[in-house]
Amino acid sequence: MITDAPAIVTRRHGLAESWTLATYLRNGGYDGLRKALTMEPGDITSEVLTANILGRGGAGFEAGKKWSMLGKARPAYLVVNGDESEPCTFKDHMLLENDPHQIIEGTLICARAVGASQAFIFVRGEFALGLERMQAALNEAYAHGAVGRNIFGSDFSIDVVVHPGAGAYICGEETALLESLEGKRGYPRDKPPFFPAAVGLYSKPTIVNNVETVSNLPWIVMNGGQAFADLGVGRSTGTRLFSLSGHVKRPANYEVEMSKTTFQDLIYDPRLGGGIRNDRELKAFVPGGASAPWFGPDQIEMALDQDAVGKAGSMLGSGSVVVMDDTTCMVRAAWRITRFFHKESCGQCTPCREGGGWLDKIMNRIELGAGRRSDLDLLLDVCDNIAPGLSWPPQKTTICVLGPSIPSSITSAIKMFRDEFLAHIDEGRCPFGPPVGNSVPAAAVSSRGDA
Amino acid sequence: MSQQAEETTTVGITVDGKEVEARKGEMLIAAAERAGIYIPRFCWHPRMKPVGMCRMCLVEVKGPRGFALMPSCYVPVADGQEVVTTSDKVKKAQDGVLEFLLINHPLDCPVCDRGGECPLQDQTIAFGPGESRFVEEKRHWAKPIPVNPLVALDRERCIQCARCTRFADEIAGDPFIDFIGRADATEVNIFPDKPFVSNFSANIVQICPVGALTATPYRFKARPWDLEIVESTCTACAVGCRVAVQSSSDRIIRNLGVDSDPVNQGWLCDKGRFGYEAANHDDRLTTPLVRRGEELVEATWGEALQAAADGLSQVRDTHGPQAVAVLGGARLANEDAYAWAKLSKGVIGTDNVDCQLADGLAGEVVLGLPRATIDQACAASAVILMAPDIKEELPVLYLRLRQAALDKGVPLIEIGPQATGLSRYATWTLLHRPGEAASVARALVDAVSGVAPSNEGGGPGGVPVADLSGAAELLGQRPVVVVIGRPSLAESTDATAEALAVLAELSDVAFLPALRRGNVHGALDMGLAPGVLPGRVSLNAGRPWFTAAWGSVPEARGLDALGIMGAAAANRIQAMVLLGADPSSDFPDRTLARRALAGIGFTVVVDLFLTDAALHADVVLPVSSWGERPGTTTNLEGRVTRLGQKVTGAGTTRPDWMIAVELAGRMGADLGFDTLDGIAAEIAVLAPSHLGLTPELLSRSSARDGLVVPLAPREDTGGDDAGPVTESVEVAAAQRQGETLLARSEPIDEDRSLEPGTPESSIPAASAPAAEVPPLLTFAGAEPAAPLRPVDAYSLRLVTSRALYDGGALVQHAPSLAPLASGTRFRANPHDLSRLGIRPGDLVRVTSPRASLVLEAVSDTGVPRSSAVVDFNQPDEGAGDLIDATQPVTEVRVETATRSRSS
Repeated sequence: MITDAPAIVTRRHGLAESWTLATYLRNGGYDGLRKALTMEPGDITSEVLTANILGRGGAGFEAGKKWSMLGKARPAYLVVNGDESEPCTFKDHMLLENDPHQIIEGTLICARAVGASQAFIFVRGEFALGLERMQAALNEAYAHGAVGRNIFGSDFSIDVVVHPGAGAYICGEETALLESLEGKRGYPRDKPPFFPAAVGLYSKPTIVNNVETVSNLPWIVMNGGQAFADLGVGRSTGTRLFSLSGHVKRPANYEVEMSKTTFQDLIYDPRLGGGIRNDRELKAFVPGGASAPWFGPDQIEMALDQDAVGKAGSMLGSGSVVVMDDTTCMVRAAWRITRFFHKESCGQCTPCREGGGWLDKIMNRIELGAGRRSDLDLLLDVCDNIAPGLSWPPQKTTICVLGPSIPSSITSAIKMFRDEFLAHIDEGRCPFGPPVGNSVPAAAVSSRGDA
Repeated sequence: MSQQAEETTTVGITVDGKEVEARKGEMLIAAAERAGIYIPRFCWHPRMKPVGMCRMCLVEVKGPRGFALMPSCYVPVADGQEVVTTSDKVKKAQDGVLEFLLINHPLDCPVCDRGGECPLQDQTIAFGPGESRFVEEKRHWAKPIPVNPLVALDRERCIQCARCTRFADEIAGDPFIDFIGRADATEVNIFPDKPFVSNFSANIVQICPVGALTATPYRFKARPWDLEIVESTCTACAVGCRVAVQSSSDRIIRNLGVDSDPVNQGWLCDKGRFGYEAANHDDRLTTPLVRRGEELVEATWGEALQAAADGLSQVRDTHGPQAVAVLGGARLANEDAYAWAKLSKGVIGTDNVDCQLADGLAGEVVLGLPRATIDQACAASAVILMAPDIKEELPVLYLRLRQAALDKGVPLIEIGPQATGLSRYATWTLLHRPGEAASVARALVDAVSGVAPSNEGGGPGGVPVADLSGAAELLGQRPVVVVIGRPSLAESTDATAEALAVLAELSDVAFLPALRRGNVHGALDMGLAPGVLPGRVSLNAGRPWFTAAWGSVPEARGLDALGIMGAAAANRIQAMVLLGADPSSDFPDRTLARRALAGIGFTVVVDLFLTDAALHADVVLPVSSWGERPGTTTNLEGRVTRLGQKVTGAGTTRPDWMIAVELAGRMGADLGFDTLDGIAAEIAVLAPSHLGLTPELLSRSSARDGLVVPLAPREDTGGDDAGPVTESVEVAAAQRQGETLLARSEPIDEDRSLEPGTPESSIPAASAPAAEVPPLLTFAGAEPAAPLRPVDAYSLRLVTSRALYDGGALVQHAPSLAPLASGTRFRANPHDLSRLGIRPGDLVRVTSPRASLVLEAVSDTGVPRSSAVVDFNQPDEGAGDLIDATQPVTEVRVETATRSRSS
């Protein structure tokens, strides 16, 4: 159901020049920071613990709990992750472009709460406008006295740096992001033994929070954690921004109250998705980003609730919902996602580096009509060698979760649409015909390393 | 106390149900391996930081949420940890990884150098499936491509374990090979504008777990199962790296580094690894040569030895023993050096013996210093470097010191006339004017005791006082180790010796001598230097003991190499033996060397090659090379290790000791031994520093890393508690044996001809009063060096040092190494260059009192002002022509010769 919950992170979107300091200040900007400066750091954390805001980057870990786990060594760092690169996820993109000051304010509140001595906002390099507005906002904030030495005349000082990413999807993974920030190749770190809260940036305790997560902080500080926790149901509190895309009439970002809103509402409500394009049938949808196992029409009534979706074998993940109608070739859809993960593997560990390429080649072969019936078992077994057991949440033979993200679409497609695979194999062609629009040419999977 | 320490350094874990005691901080894979449980791996290497990349070592580790797959190379042990390495889940994961590694691997094992010794091949055969499920096209790359002249890269075979990239970055500090690209298009490669220039490049071939990296000199030369192998010690420099020498068809074709924990830890420099090529060179001398008029003609060994003995005898009998000089010997094994010392000092009777060519430090100085081991240097509270560029001259010592500085935070304080490869890692690099090291050392030692240095004249030797004070602050803790060598060959030994004497004033200080010639330390220990006798004793102190043992020793201290050259040039040396030495190229003052060699009436050359000096010799005796004969060698720590013989000697060559024995016989004497073991046994009872060092002791497994001499703590040397292995029981027994042997023996009869026999019975004997073992040398300080002329505005003081790849016989006869020599360059501070109107790349004329050279100018901020660096002994020319070794410092004037060719 569509509730009357207030818009929290998107409340200034649509205002004239919402990204400027002037607009921001006229609409309650930096009030949260001013209030936070009067609070003890521990009290800020308490409010965030009360709010129980789940991390909005993908893993959905409680932000306040993460802060409480920060190691005692100093200096400690805060890194805000704006390297949003998951296919069909574009919520942080809009937050960066439309309300950069809200991110800065949230960053400062978090830094104040955890005692960070330096903050970095890592923004995906392809977000040209977002980067420009983020940097301009930061300059304004410095001039306004909101960032830097003795913020608003208090004894709180911190510098914030905007760091453009260099174009690798993997750098959205927090430890790869830290490596990249340190000037190294974007390789995720093995964890255990150490998580960033203990050993992070430059081997110091580090909090990594998502752009959307910190964007909620000014509201939480102003309205109290309880007001946030009053929204939603159970552990899934507050509102959340969902990127709705695919075969819907109104693809866009929608901020809705968690748990009370369902996938049905999101996709079909005229105020939200407005239904399937051309009023066709829903075939399947991805509930939480390209890494998430797919859902079918029978799961449409499920609430946008982290635990409910988790229990059903998938995740809300990055908050991206992709809708596929009955014209979609599921083999091709799964192959396109596989191909994305294959190309974006950092290449550090064997199962992901080699397994991703292999799965891509098999899927491509099936889509082109050169598949064999034994390929289905082969696909599942190769997937099993990356994510043993093919369970959810996945186990892994890899360093990070990119590898175990590859099997999601393949296993979902085989489980839900085995007949389509067999049709490809038996007919020796794709029953949906050649790709149309911006699909990838058949010879896209090259075996040549030499460019 | 020790039990308590033990409790905190070990933890108990369970591997496959077996209780395992693990060292705190180590990784699971290492703890399991020591317990006999081998976990397969590719990227893990015990000498490098773990990366957890290949995922082959996945095992199940019990955590708060039950067992989970974890890379055992990346999980540190923890008390009570439960590990399973053999479950179905583990097997499936490991098989999966192996399959992934193979899908893009070319499987060209039949034509791959690694085939037969390939971890990927071995593990596939052990664990892998029989056939591949991969039907797609494999990844293709152009191959092989050179990463440098010594190493070729096949990217298709690469399994991206990051061993080579980690070695280059972590161990060598030459991070010029790295990953490029991502996903399955990831490749290892060099940067487009930076070849993999490193003195250590071929280590990446040895540690590559597949055949992706191959050594150009070895490619397609052999299959591993055809190779024969023996362990030995590299003698390309004095570090003493342990090496596995491999041969096929009686030719050495590969050297691999052996992991000797106190020394090389598995690594080798490229010169040591490929130096064997020189032994295989067609130019090797294989037959003795004797002069017939203008010509050297081939002769039998009998003829040649007789000619040599006759010539030497005649000069000795006519002009006295001091008219004979023996130069060189740092190439020799310990036993050779002892035999030649006994021949020179005991039979011929000359003390004009020097294994160094005025490029090191006096034997009395080196042998008398309290000696540190490499491990002690790497664990010191601070290391002072007063040495040439360790990266070029003692490469693996550079690796050890670099790692100590980076990983353990050992501060390095460098005192020298130019920046070196270690400057990047030194806390302080105190660059001083050439020849003024002693004033820097004095100011530093004074600053340690609280006396502030004077800023007069820009600080002592030109070193800013703030730097000196900063360096002194690091010297508050003990122990301190000084790495001591000759920072520049264009200044006299006296300057270094004086500085060394000052540093020796520091309390609790020990020295690691940075002399680079292969077995120079063994040669010094065995007495191949003026003023000393075998076993680190002075000529005077050892006279009674060795007179008793040998019959006679020289009456007075003889000349060192510089003195010998001067005397020869003045026709006071009539006969010279050159033991693997060629002063005409390798003596710092080539002008003096040429005049000296021209003035000698009779020359015997004992060498591997027909050197310039050999061309003018009267007798040339060919010797067996490294790898062609057994023996022992001694490294810069005083560590004695065994040399392995892998192939038969080239042609009719003989080991050096045999030539000494034969010559002695033909000169009417008997050295008293006719086997290598006989010599070793004599050293073990006669050389005071080597007492008890029997071949039997050295062959024990506990002596696998060699033994540092002297073996047991001795009261008169203060002892060496931290020495790695002390077999005190055996040592005491051997000492007793030596003493009783000497005590019970008959008085020496000089005319008595000794029968060859067992080592013990063949040792000439001494009378009872001489039975006291002479005391070992102690460092007696140094005379102040001659005062220097102040630098004038027109001159630059010359600095010269060696590069790894030089004009020496070994490099120039190794076809893979010879092209790597840089050639002679003139390097100066950019300030001086612009002051002189010289642009980098210009040709300049460098003029000294000796000669004038035209060289290319290179701008180098690592050279302090008013100094000029010219490379020593490069194949084209070299600083040897410029140096006047009779001066404290050679000065040069520089002028533009022509504009650079490019402009």
